[in-house]
Amino acid sequence: MLSRTADHLFWLARYMERAETTARLLDVGSRISLLPSAGHGYRSEWDSLLRASGTADGFARKYGDPVQRNIESFLFFDLDNPSSVASCIVRARENGRTVRTALTTQVWDALNTAFQEVRALERRPRPELALAQLVDWTMRATALVRGAIQGTQLRSDGHDFLNLGYALERGDNTARLLDVKYYVLLPRVDLVGSGLDTYQWQTLLRAMSAHRAFHWAYGGEITAAKIAHFLILNPMCPRALVTCAEAAVGHLDRLAVRYGRRTAAQDAAGALLTGLVGASVEAIFEEGLHAFLTRFIAAVAGLGGAIGACYLSGEGR
Amino acid sequence: MDVFNEMFEDGAVRAPYAGLEAWLRDMPAELRSLRQAEAEALFRRIGITFAVYGEGGDPDRLIPFDMFPRIFTQAEWRRLDRGIRQRARALNAFLADLYGRGEIVRAGRVPAALVYGNPAYEAAMAGFVPPRGVYSHIVGIDIVRTGPSEFLVLEDNCRTPSGVSYMLENREIMMRMFPELFRANRIEPVDGYPQLLRRTLASVAPAKCDREPVIVLLTPGRFNSAYYEHSFLADLMGVELVEGQDLFVEGEFVWMRTTEGPRRVDVIYRRIDDAFLDPLAFRPDSMLGVAGLMDVYRSGGVTLASAPGAGVADDKAVYVHVPEMVRFYLGEEPILANVPTWQCSRRDDLGHVLDHLDELVVKEVHGSGGYGMLVGPRAAKAEIAAFRDRLLANPAGYIAQPTLALSTVPSFVAEGVAPRHVDLRPYCLVGERVELVPGGLTRVALRAGSLVVNSSQGGGVKDSWVLAE
Repeated sequence: MLSRTADHLFWLARYMERAETTARLLDVGSRISLLPSAGHGYRSEWDSLLRASGTADGFARKYGDPVQRNIESFLFFDLDNPSSVASCIVRARENGRTVRTALTTQVWDALNTAFQEVRALERRPRPELALAQLVDWTMRATALVRGAIQGTQLRSDGHDFLNLGYALERGDNTARLLDVKYYVLLPRVDLVGSGLDTYQWQTLLRAMSAHRAFHWAYGGEITAAKIAHFLILNPMCPRALVTCAEAAVGHLDRLAVRYGRRTAAQDAAGALLTGLVGASVEAIFEEGLHAFLTRFIAAVAGLGGAIGACYLSGEGR
Repeated sequence: MDVFNEMFEDGAVRAPYAGLEAWLRDMPAELRSLRQAEAEALFRRIGITFAVYGEGGDPDRLIPFDMFPRIFTQAEWRRLDRGIRQRARALNAFLADLYGRGEIVRAGRVPAALVYGNPAYEAAMAGFVPPRGVYSHIVGIDIVRTGPSEFLVLEDNCRTPSGVSYMLENREIMMRMFPELFRANRIEPVDGYPQLLRRTLASVAPAKCDREPVIVLLTPGRFNSAYYEHSFLADLMGVELVEGQDLFVEGEFVWMRTTEGPRRVDVIYRRIDDAFLDPLAFRPDSMLGVAGLMDVYRSGGVTLASAPGAGVADDKAVYVHVPEMVRFYLGEEPILANVPTWQCSRRDDLGHVLDHLDELVVKEVHGSGGYGMLVGPRAAKAEIAAFRDRLLANPAGYIAQPTLALSTVPSFVAEGVAPRHVDLRPYCLVGERVELVPGGLTRVALRAGSLVVNSSQGGGVKDSWVLAE
């Protein structure tokens, strides 16, 4: 397929996944801000979330102090914020529109409907829209697109590029959400293991729709080690880093077979997965969760670069 | 002005529309608005929208779709079909002659300055013969009707006529919304068009192509107003939709950048203008084209459809000579007549035009899309005065035609059903064979009394039926 087509498919998927993550982030924020005795007020928690999504500076320039209502607008509607739900959906749809022929009618329909609905939401008076409604809407819209892709797209190389986009973005996003919790939300060591700590972990699990799944898989007390294991190393968890790495390896291997050639991208994905399969929670905590996650995020970016150079740029031979 | 209504003649329903009477009677206003909303939602969902150049506003605007179909009998269509094919052949013969020996000019039938001095004339094409001698592979011929058997050609489109996606989608939507109409009336299908187009393009593969030709559709990109159509046609033909940046020239061929490495391209159905095709040969600042493309084309490494320079045949000043081309190249009498036309470049004609500006339609010779045009009977005095100055400043830039009594077809409007003026654009394909699907795009001027059907000027579209025998 055309390299440019593959590139648009890859980014379509990345933006849809990112829209979902931003909505999850909004959900985390609203839940944490409901906790009365956080000790340092909801303001700084919202600020932490903006930092985690890498948009704190953009927000400060535009709105100043983090007021919840402004943050909601910024993370959901604001087209100046490249990570807002609306921005992501507009861009995903723009990528999809450009490669309309590479999508099934159902996928295009789901994508275009999401776009039309986001524009309809923009026109409604804000007081009518509860945050929970916006989050739910995003989950539904992104699920429809993903479902249409898995249900109707031909299992061609285009399908592989879509899924690579999802896998890379999801791995990156899970790592960032984990990092929010550990590094940003709870910087003081004396709070580890406190009620606040547990509450934040639960909120994080809830935001990843993994609250009940976690209990099924582990049972008993919620501990940092169990959660880290679940979200990093457990291949049963759909958002775990290892699951995302496996998906990337799988789709790149399919491409290697289909095209009859291996590239640097397969090597990069393989190295990413090997690093996770051989890891243990103890070793990760020893290295420091933040350091580990930073390394992972960089490796995912490196893999994205390799996929770009080998397949999406049109320069690969 | 006597206007021919295609459905009602002397108070009676004309035969082809007989099947619509009951349908119309049984559709209460509420159902109609429901259907109309449904149709609009369908168009929006599939993404058929239309952006108007330079107008700004909503880039996702819809062309209004009027659900009331326009109908031809088999006998009417047979005549149109023969006339359109004849015209498409003559136009291609003219282009071959023009870039070859120029016999029609030598014979004094067409003035040399008109063709060789024409801005659409492409000097780089002189002496080069494209595969099968075809220059214009998709010829859109705009036809108006003024009476039961009076069909006139309003203009020709030899470059990259657009709108065929509406012909196809209008039909799809009508079939989806009113299946009972299609069961009751025997309507010739048009959905073979994409396959015919693909076959036409494959049949003009270049000399150096020794395999199943690889065809691509070259688009300026998603900001172009016809982008939807480009992607729609590429999809239905099963060919790649490429932009200039996806192609490059290496050795004697054109290649596209794919995830598996470079892939050779044989036929390019280009929907970008001549000037942007190749920055080395034409506009050096073009970001839309492919550097070196013309060299490969001229050495038989790739086919361009349409050929650069094909536009000279659809110039409005050249239009006057098309009936003569039919006689000159085919030795036949034209089946479809032209609209009587005054060429303002001629002194006598100009005098007549200036004296009758309030009765005539005056058009820019190189204009298109209904811009730069004066509709005399509907223009204000000041508008006519301003146009007179422009005309006098450059008489050769204009032609004039009588204000035609375009036929009307009943259309759904706010007040109910009312006659509205229409035209027709069929799409004739020229390759190894000359092909035409039974149908075309009917454009309708939805404003009461308006004669301008262009979508940029408030026009809409209708499904066009040809009834089987």
